[in-house]
Amino acid sequence: MSASKKEPPKQTFEQSLQRLEEIVDHLEQGDVSLDESIKMYEEGLALSKACMDKLTQAEVKLKKLSKDIEGNFQLIDDQPE
Amino acid sequence: MQSDPSVLTVSELTHRIKRMLESGFSSVHLQGEVSNFKRHTSGHAYFTLKDENAQISAVLWRSRVQQLSFLPEDGAKVIISGRITVYEPRGNYQIEVLSIRPVGIGELQMAFEYLKRKLAAEGLFDSEHKQSLPPYPERIGIVTSPTGAALHDILNVLQRRFPGVEVVLRPTKVQGIEAAADIADAIREFNAFGKVDVMIVGRGGGSLEDLWAFNEEVVARAIFQSAIPIISAVGHEVDFSIADFVADLRAPTPSAAAELVVRDRSALLDTLRNYWYTIHQTVTQMVSDRKDQIRHLLSSYSFNKPIDLLRRHTQRVDELDRSMAASVAHRVALVRSHADALHHRIKALDPQLTLKRGYAIVSKNDAIVSSATMLHANDAIDIRFHDGNVSSTVSLTTPT
Repeated sequence: MSASKKEPPKQTFEQSLQRLEEIVDHLEQGDVSLDESIKMYEEGLALSKACMDKLTQAEVKLKKLSKDIEGNFQLIDDQPE
Repeated sequence: MQSDPSVLTVSELTHRIKRMLESGFSSVHLQGEVSNFKRHTSGHAYFTLKDENAQISAVLWRSRVQQLSFLPEDGAKVIISGRITVYEPRGNYQIEVLSIRPVGIGELQMAFEYLKRKLAAEGLFDSEHKQSLPPYPERIGIVTSPTGAALHDILNVLQRRFPGVEVVLRPTKVQGIEAAADIADAIREFNAFGKVDVMIVGRGGGSLEDLWAFNEEVVARAIFQSAIPIISAVGHEVDFSIADFVADLRAPTPSAAAELVVRDRSALLDTLRNYWYTIHQTVTQMVSDRKDQIRHLLSSYSFNKPIDLLRRHTQRVDELDRSMAASVAHRVALVRSHADALHHRIKALDPQLTLKRGYAIVSKNDAIVSSATMLHANDAIDIRFHDGNVSSTVSLTTPT
């Protein structure tokens, strides 16, 4: 692994979950070095937290799709009553 | 009489009527019963639309006939959309038909079967066109009424199962003559917008007429052309719509669509906890294993092998040392006898013998002085005689 610390870019829930699965697989197979496994541990911690946040979000966000005068799409906040 | 300005020609009158009617009724929706339906060899179709008290001629151009998803028969109750035109040579007015929707239950069912056969023959329902749904959508597009039960139900279920999603509503009419076009537009708009992972298209329960928009061809085609996967959710379990056949997945109700579109978070939370537990366990286990390994290594034969090796080498060195000593002693004896011989010869050259004859050796700072020029007044010198040394100081030098 390179020294460049890869700060996970904004990953979708699906991507995060997939990566977690990969990490679990690698660790279970025991085919990684101690150094790598510790990096995976840190990455796994961040990913788990991001997924947990998504799952424990309180409210569905509701928006409305509308077009402005120039025909560009806009999302307008529209919280359900 | 000819010059009376209040008198019109037939053409003039007809032309005025034409202008009035055509601008006044450029877009009408007209309900009635079909009679005298005839298809001309030209491909155009002509019929009369009537109710108890009135009737109107209707013309359906060939290009329209081909686009219809419903071909009426005599006696069919329909709603025609079109415009009024006046045919001057005959002084007739008529409705030029743009679209026909069936009205009665029987007609609706006929139309349904007709369109279903037509689209099935075109392959719009084939499973190879079905797109798979994203397992974890981030953003869900919804095409339905902003005030209907469907939206409410969908939001409720999402809130319970997976509130981490964003829902984007494109409000549409879901019944009435304009609903189908509105729904089709909404589907196309979501595709143009592009930033939703999946769409739910539908409405809550109602009569066959209420749900009719979802049986119209424009909606079916818009669903078919959508690059974004679509779940249809029209009415109740028992209601099947054309939209259901074209959609990538049919949900029996809007609530069910919401159940299908996201997974249940409680199961996911368990999965996540398991993942984290495994990661935590394996890595901490790994670290403690390594610690044990190191401890074991420190006391192991392997780790101590170098010392052992060193000991063996030391022993070997000792052995070699002993055997070397023996062989050296022999060599030394040989060398000694040879040296004795040399000694006697060297003795003849011993300076002691010279000193006994009266010579002395002068040295300064342990270096032999072989020339008067090497000495200066007040130098400390040593003089060696055969029987002892004298320390002295130079008082005067007189080089010869």
